[in-house]
Amino acid sequence: MNTPPTSRPAEESFAVRKATRPAWDVLSERALEILIYLCGISAIVFVLGIFFFVFKEALPILGNSHFSLTQFLFSDQWYPTSELNKRYGVFAMIAGTFSVTALAMLIAVPFGLGAAIYISEFCGGRTKETLKVVIELLAAIPSVVWGFIGLTVMSRLIVNYTGAPVGVNILNGGIILALMSVPIIVSIGEDALKAVPDSYREAGLALGATRWQLVRRVLLPAAKTGLLAAVLLGVGRGVGETMAVLMATGHAVHIPHGIFDSVRTLTANIAAELGEAPANSDHYRVLFLTGVLLFALTFIVNLAADLVVRGIRRR
Amino acid sequence: MMFAITPHVRRKQRHETIAKWVFFGMAASMIVPLVLIIGYLVERAWPSLSLGFLIDVPARGMKEGGVWPALVGTIYLVVLSLAVSAPVGVLAAVYLNEYARDNWFNRIINLAVINLAGVPSIVHALFGLGAFVYAARFGYSIISASLTLAIMTLPVIIASTREALASVPRTFREACWNVGATRWQTIKAVVLPNSISGILTGIILQVSRAAGETAPIMFTGAVFFKAVQKGDFFPYRLHEQCMALSMHLYTLSTQVPGVKESVPFATAVLLLGAVILVNATAIILRGYLRARKKW
Amino acid sequence: MKQRAHTSLTRNLTSTFAAGLAACLLQTGCGKSPGSGPDSGGGSASKVTIQNKGSDTMVNLAQGWAEEYKKAAPDVDVEVSGGGSGVGIAALVKGTIDIANASRNMKAEEIETARKNTGKAPKEFIVGYDSLAIYVHKDNPLNEITLDQVAQIYMEAGRITKWSDLGVKIPGSSSDEIVRVSRQSSSGTYEFLREHVLNKKDFKLGSRDMNGSKEVVELVGSTPTAIGYSGMGYATPAVKMLKVRKTATEPAYEPSVANTLAKTYPIARSLLVYTLGEPQGPVKKYIDWAMSDAGQRVVEASGYVPLPAGARAKP
Repeated sequence: MNTPPTSRPAEESFAVRKATRPAWDVLSERALEILIYLCGISAIVFVLGIFFFVFKEALPILGNSHFSLTQFLFSDQWYPTSELNKRYGVFAMIAGTFSVTALAMLIAVPFGLGAAIYISEFCGGRTKETLKVVIELLAAIPSVVWGFIGLTVMSRLIVNYTGAPVGVNILNGGIILALMSVPIIVSIGEDALKAVPDSYREAGLALGATRWQLVRRVLLPAAKTGLLAAVLLGVGRGVGETMAVLMATGHAVHIPHGIFDSVRTLTANIAAELGEAPANSDHYRVLFLTGVLLFALTFIVNLAADLVVRGIRRR
Repeated sequence: MMFAITPHVRRKQRHETIAKWVFFGMAASMIVPLVLIIGYLVERAWPSLSLGFLIDVPARGMKEGGVWPALVGTIYLVVLSLAVSAPVGVLAAVYLNEYARDNWFNRIINLAVINLAGVPSIVHALFGLGAFVYAARFGYSIISASLTLAIMTLPVIIASTREALASVPRTFREACWNVGATRWQTIKAVVLPNSISGILTGIILQVSRAAGETAPIMFTGAVFFKAVQKGDFFPYRLHEQCMALSMHLYTLSTQVPGVKESVPFATAVLLLGAVILVNATAIILRGYLRARKKW
Repeated sequence: MKQRAHTSLTRNLTSTFAAGLAACLLQTGCGKSPGSGPDSGGGSASKVTIQNKGSDTMVNLAQGWAEEYKKAAPDVDVEVSGGGSGVGIAALVKGTIDIANASRNMKAEEIETARKNTGKAPKEFIVGYDSLAIYVHKDNPLNEITLDQVAQIYMEAGRITKWSDLGVKIPGSSSDEIVRVSRQSSSGTYEFLREHVLNKKDFKLGSRDMNGSKEVVELVGSTPTAIGYSGMGYATPAVKMLKVRKTATEPAYEPSVANTLAKTYPIARSLLVYTLGEPQGPVKKYIDWAMSDAGQRVVEASGYVPLPAGARAKP
C-alpha cells in the first residue's frame, strides 16, 4: 500500500501553487477525490446491500407461524406448492450440495495441487507459461457451457461406461465441478508454493535432496496453510456454483446413497424455482432464506480462506 | 572424483522420475479434457458454424436459424454492465491503493471486496431481483440485468486494478510528489499511465465473465425469446428485456423440442470462442505490458 | 407499534439503498460510459412492444407466434418469457404485462385481485388444446396405462415403484426400478398432473425434476427405465407416448388431435391467454391473428391441437 507523506507533498510551494492553479481545477480535483472515495466505499455498500436485500425478502417468513427454522434446516420434505400441506425442508438440498462438492474436491484437490506442484517446481519457461494460459482458459469457460457439457456429453459417457440408469447424477456434477474448481486450486496453490522462500529450496538442494524430496519434506509443510486456502476457495466455488449443477446433477430431492443417485443442490433449487414463485409468496421467501444460508456458507468459507492467506502474508 | 551410485541414490532417482511423471500427468489431465471437450463441441457444432449463424434470427420455433438477437442482447448486457463496473471498480481501487490508510475501516472494505468476489452467482440473482427489479422499480429489464452483472464483476475489477496499481514502484510517485504535484495529479500523470495495460487486462477478462453468466440475468432481464428483425442493431430499449447467449444455450437445451442438433452445440462453441478470444486479447495485452515494463 | 416501527425502518433503508444505487448510476452515467446508453432506443420510437409471459408449456407456442407475427407486422415487437402460468397471471394482475399465457384457468381470487388492482376484469381466450402425454422409452414394452397407475407411480406413498409392478420387464436392463421424471414444483404441467391425476395429493420426493418439458422427454429417451410426462408437442423418436385409460374398464386412448378434440383422451387441457379487460389496438390485433388460420398453423406446427375451424377468428 502506498501511503503518501502525512502532510501534503511540497508544502512549502503551496502558496505558489495556489496562485497558479485556477480555482475550478482545485475544485474539480476535490470533487474527483470525493468521487473516488465514494467508489471506494461502494464495495462495502454492495456487500451490505446484498445481505440486506436478500435478508429483507426472507425475513417475513421467519415470523410466519407455519414456518419453523428447524424444519427448514433438518427436514427433507420439500413441498413448496402443495395444496394440502406446504413443507419447506431443505435438508436434502444441503446433503446434495455437500455430496457434489465433496466428490468434486476429492477429484480436484489432488489433481489441482499436483498440477500446482508441477507448474511451480518441475517445469519452467515455455511449459510453465502454456500451462498457466490453459488454466486461465479453463477458469473462463462459462458455467452454462459446463452444464451443457454435463447434460449432453458427460451423461452419455457415464451411462455407457458405468451402466448407471441415469447419466445426470452426483458423479456427473462432481466431475464437472472438479474441472471448474481445479483452476482456482492451481493458481492459489501455485501462489502458496511461490511464497516459500527460495533459500529453503537452495538449502534442500545443497543437502543433495531431489526435487521430489524437496517438495515432500520442505515445500508442502512450508506451504500447507496456503494450500489449505486453495482448497477452501475451491470449496467456496463448488458450493456457490449454479448453472452447471442445475443441468448436470439430475435435480432430485432426496438424500443420496451413492454417487449414481441424482441430487438437487441449494443453488440449483433457487435457480429452478425462483422464476416460478410469485413475488412475496411464502415459497419466494423461503428461496430467499436459502439464499441467506448460501451467503452465510460462502462467507464463512471465504473468510476462512482470507484469514489463512493473510496469516501467510504476515509471516 | 566420482561417487559410486548406491542403491539409496538409485531409489531416490527413481522416486524423482515417478514423482515428476505423476505431477506431469496431473497437469496434463487438465489440458486433455479441455482439448477433447472443445474438439468434440466444435465437431458437433460444425454443420451450423457459419457467418449466417451469427447474423440470422432464430427460425422455425428456434429449432433452426441463428443467434442474432441473443448475440446483440449479450453485447448490450456486457457493455452496459462494464460501463458501470469499470469506472466504479477502477476508482475504488485507486482509493484503496492510493488514498486509504491502513485502518479498521479500510480493512473492512478489503474484506468486503474479497467476500463480494465469493458470493455465489445465484445470490447475486436474488439481490438483483430484490433490489433492482422490485425495490428500485426497474422491473425485468436490461437495466436490472446489467446492474446485477456490474455488481458481480465489480470486486474482480477492483482486485485486478489494485494489483496493477501496486506494481507501479513507489519511487515513481515520490518523484512526482517532489516536484509539487498533488496526489490526484500524481495518479493522473504517473500511476495510471504506468498501470493502464494491467487495468485493461483485468477489465477485458470480465467481459468474458459477464458474457457467460446465466443465473444473475435469468431472473432480472433475460427473456426466452424476442422477435427481432434480421440485421437490426438496436432491437432493444433499456427498460425492456433482451435475449442473451448464455440464457439461449440454457433454454435451447432444456426447453425447445426438436431443435436441430448442431444449433445448441454451435451456441456453446460461440460462447466458448468469445471467451477464448477475450482471454487471448488479455494475454497479449499482458505480454505487451511485460515487454514494455522497464523497472 | 413495534412492528410498524420496524417496517418503516426497513422502508427507509430500502429507499436509501435505492437512492444510493441510483446515485452510482448517475455518477458513472456522466462519468465515462462509452455512449452505449440511451441512443440504443433511437429509431425505434414508433415500435410497439407486446409483453407476453406465463406457462412453460406454451412458451414455445408463444415463441412461434412472435416469430411469425414479426413477418406479418414488422413494427410490433413481441417479448416472450416463461416462468409458469402462475407467474404470468401474477404479472397480469399487477398490470406489468399485456398477455398472460396459462395452461390452467384463472382462480376466482386472482380475478378478484385483478379487478381490485386495475379495475378491469381479465378476459380469457382459448387459443388451442394440449394433451398431457405419458412418455416411456421407445423400447419399453408397455403400451397402455391407467390414470390410477400413473397416480400410484408419482404420488407420495404410491404403491408402484418397480416395472414388475406393472407386469413389464425392460429389455436389456438389469434394473427394475422405475426412474420417475417429473417437473419442478410450480410448473403448470406439474400442477395439472397433481390436480387431475393425483387428486391434489403430493408427489413422491426423489423424482428427477427437470426444468423444461424438453429435458423430461430427452431424459426419458436416453433412459430405458424411465417414465415421464409432458405436453404432446414434445414427442421425439426416442420416446413412446402411452395410451391412457381413465379407469381400468374404459378403453385406452392415445393423445392425438382427434382424441383431444373429442375429449376422449382423459388428461387434456385448454391453452389459454388472458388480457386485462377487452384487448385494444395492437394486442387485440395480435390475439385475433393468433386465433386466425395463420396463428393456428403455428399451434399445429408446435405439436398442439389447433382450434376447430368454427372457433377461429376471421382475418
